[in-house]
Amino acid sequence: MDAIAFERDDSALFSGVSASLEAGSILQIEGPNGAGKTTLLRIIASILTPTAGTLYWRGEDVRHHRQRYLHDMLFLGHLPGLKQSLSPLENLQWWRRVHPDDSPHTNAEVLDRVGLCGYEDVPCYTLSAGQQRRAALARLLVTEAPLWVLDEPFTAIDKQGVAELESLLTQHAARGGITVLSTHQDIGIADIARLSLADSGRRA
Amino acid sequence: MGAGFMAILRRDLLLACRNRGEIANPVIFFFIVVTLIPLGLTPEAGRLAEIAPGILWVMALLASLLSVEGLFLSDFRDGTLEQLVISPQPLYLMVLAKVLAHWLISGLPLTLLAPVLGMMLSLPAAGYVPLVLSLLMGTAVLSLVGAIGAALTVALRKGGLLLSLIVMPLYMPVLIFGASAVQRAVDGFSVQGPLAVMGALLALALLMSPFATAGALRVSMHG
Repeated sequence: MDAIAFERDDSALFSGVSASLEAGSILQIEGPNGAGKTTLLRIIASILTPTAGTLYWRGEDVRHHRQRYLHDMLFLGHLPGLKQSLSPLENLQWWRRVHPDDSPHTNAEVLDRVGLCGYEDVPCYTLSAGQQRRAALARLLVTEAPLWVLDEPFTAIDKQGVAELESLLTQHAARGGITVLSTHQDIGIADIARLSLADSGRRA
Repeated sequence: MGAGFMAILRRDLLLACRNRGEIANPVIFFFIVVTLIPLGLTPEAGRLAEIAPGILWVMALLASLLSVEGLFLSDFRDGTLEQLVISPQPLYLMVLAKVLAHWLISGLPLTLLAPVLGMMLSLPAAGYVPLVLSLLMGTAVLSLVGAIGAALTVALRKGGLLLSLIVMPLYMPVLIFGASAVQRAVDGFSVQGPLAVMGALLALALLMSPFATAGALRVSMHG
């Protein structure tokens, strides 16, 4: 379904990193702090352009099919991407218009599922860090993008939330979706590919 | 196509309603500074009338510059800007929506306030219509041009000074033609010329600025 390869030489953060992902796979990017996990994920999300190397999606160069790639990709970064003075509901509303989907779920249903029932209408700055993370992760429930790029998605959420997110990732993989994520936690999913940045950096 | 435009316009106007204090800033600045002029210079109507067109335009320009810095800053800091950059919706239209929202909450109130302040500076009666018309178009150009600078400097720690340096030269034609439209009206000449130039500047900025701003945002996200 797709093959991804990247290289980056910018101040030799890492280089010669390559990976190829089949439909239904999950890739965990590992490495110590400062190894470039976030940078790599931002390259995959096409926010950064790699110094060298190419990103392929469905066998085609992403640079030439950017529009289609953006349609197929969902990125959740370090920052939750929430407007603090808007409520989780309003945040989900604008986000869904900017990243259109055909999901039948209403915003209220989705927020209910991520455990924000009763918090739909309060401004995000009154929510805890974990609740904000949940408000951002609510996007995973409505998106139809086959590729998920998640930077530290488990940060700040509780044990139950971690379990729910893990089952969400498994379901996504079962549907043929691909997930690329970075985390320091051990994920309770059996079939997971790993890419260590520390190794590849030294290999170059 | 228009979904992203409307979503961002609605969102930014909603945010403006929530953070009214920040929005009022440029308008209050404009009001206070113009109020201080008669106190600092002279309360004499004749001499105030001479400088009124220039003063009103310079202060409106500074008020606009004051507010343009924050155009992309909060979006950059909370990560919503990267969500916009990687959205399948055209960034050109979303940038245009942000600039339009910015103009509606800064340029438009400045324009509406200007005649009141003109009265304080005893602007002659002939100057009011050209003042409002030139500010209506001029503040829109200022917002559009300022957006390019704001997008270029959004990732910098202290982008404010750099923003002023980038944007100021581009603001000059707007100031010159805006103030001269009002001055010519006061002196009894036709204002069609400067207003037509202002309209041309607006058309040019409307066409080019969202492209340049979208490009600058992509560059800034690299930082």
